[in-house]
Amino acid sequence: MSTLVLVEHNNQTIHPSIRNVLAAALEVDNKPTLLVVGHQCKAVAEQAAQLAGVQAVWHVDNPCYEHQLAEQISDLVVSFASSFDVILAPASTYGKNISPRIAALLDVAQVSDVTRIIDANTFEHPVYAGNAIETVRVLDAKKVMTIRSTAFNPVTGSQEACCIETMNQEFQPQNSQFIRHELSKSERPELGSAKIVVSGGRGLQSAEKFKLIEDLADCLGAAVGASRAAVDAGFVPNDYQVGQTGKVVAPTLYIAVGISGAVQHLAGMKDSKVIVAINKDEDAPIFQIANYGLVGDLFELVPQLIEQLKNR
Amino acid sequence: MKILVAVKRVIDPYVKIRVKSDNSGVETQNIKMAMNPFDEIAIEEALRLREKNWATEVVAVSIGDDSSQETLRHALALGADRAILVRSGQVLESLNIAKILKKIAEEEQPDLILMGKQAIDGDNNQTPQMLAAILGWPQATYASNLNAHTDGLEVTREIDGGLETIKVQLPAVVSTDLRLNEPRYASLPNIMKAKRKPLDVRELDSLGLSLKKHIEILKVNAPAVRSGGIKVESVAALLDKLQHEAKVL
Repeated sequence: MSTLVLVEHNNQTIHPSIRNVLAAALEVDNKPTLLVVGHQCKAVAEQAAQLAGVQAVWHVDNPCYEHQLAEQISDLVVSFASSFDVILAPASTYGKNISPRIAALLDVAQVSDVTRIIDANTFEHPVYAGNAIETVRVLDAKKVMTIRSTAFNPVTGSQEACCIETMNQEFQPQNSQFIRHELSKSERPELGSAKIVVSGGRGLQSAEKFKLIEDLADCLGAAVGASRAAVDAGFVPNDYQVGQTGKVVAPTLYIAVGISGAVQHLAGMKDSKVIVAINKDEDAPIFQIANYGLVGDLFELVPQLIEQLKNR
Repeated sequence: MKILVAVKRVIDPYVKIRVKSDNSGVETQNIKMAMNPFDEIAIEEALRLREKNWATEVVAVSIGDDSSQETLRHALALGADRAILVRSGQVLESLNIAKILKKIAEEEQPDLILMGKQAIDGDNNQTPQMLAAILGWPQATYASNLNAHTDGLEVTREIDGGLETIKVQLPAVVSTDLRLNEPRYASLPNIMKAKRKPLDVRELDSLGLSLKKHIEILKVNAPAVRSGGIKVESVAALLDKLQHEAKVL
């Protein structure tokens, strides 16, 4: 059994979710290989080589991979797929974009958002917005999967750097081309890996008032999330969205403020360890899954919370 | 330009689903069904491209049993020109759906295939990427903005850290994200008109495909239920609980 993990990165730093994907990889194979494709991303390959349990790092560095278009990366991975039985990627927009393309080129199935590895052929993943858990057996010899990072504890240990093998396969972009990025800038911890997440919903009423959520998050060193309603209303950018169609988070503490708790939102946060809900509607569905609920006006309660946190 | 839009009949997104007691799947008997919301966005975008005179024809395609005709009639009522149903009684996995759509694409020769980024039942988010792969076409997934040019499409994609804009040459497969547009409603006259629009029913067996099973669904379980929590009276009580009971602060 040999496993390849696609490493998500920005040419400088390895994405934290790779530690979780590596943990999943180690459940099927004790000698996983990490693939780092990009441009001037040697630092990433070096970081990857030091993650505990990594057997080898394959490093493909070429200007053509600067933006890691799905067409190129999938062609590249397929070019050496014969060496691997299992190909894993994080279930992020990066992994979900590329992984099914790899699977189809190999004429095999892809399992999305794997939350549990039962054995080398059998996996669990959520369906229907997390309202059902499906157990599937993959009949293909080669397994291609995306891993829901919040379902696996990250590999935190380091090791003496393993061997980095430099390859030079080149797949120039053919019929697609990168134009530009507009990345949201934030000093706060990343939503997907934060220990505490504070999310705001429609109850915040406006972008200006949403600042209250950011103030609370900053008091707690937390990441900021939002419901779809808050994103659609233009309070915050779409990459703040937690839910079936946004990010799936599972922090130690999730504080939902002014969020009623539609199933699509719950799909993105119901695996959090402790959930706190602050809402003026005591019948809001969010209270059915919240460990601690506080009923009242968020514009009174959140400033009190900030005040008392500061005085602690 | 011709646009092919793939649509799927799924359980209505506002229905609370129930896992069957024998764990073979979820209850679908007597449950309200609807067009997958992401596919409605795909139809809407295709119609807008036709209204801008970029596209000349919008063809909706679905795969499923006869009940999927209702979903296609809805697409026609929204404004699609004609529809194709590939009739199949079995539940199909993403790769096989992609292979069926490839066959239809080869016959129809569209310049663009629009589809939802994921169906809200399987939540797989695979079929567009798989279809693009086996057609050898470029893909633009999670589209939140689309600018049509004569030689291709400039697509803004929703990615984890923000937005990314790429340009894909035609023919291409584009999958839609939530914020691409606000789908229109079907008006009563258009619903009546849709009844007379062509809906071509094809038997899956007649397409000459040999589809292999790649995945076996062993069981479907309800997720673990969270134990009900408590309501606290004040901010101070909440902080006390978080510190001393839950120990998360």
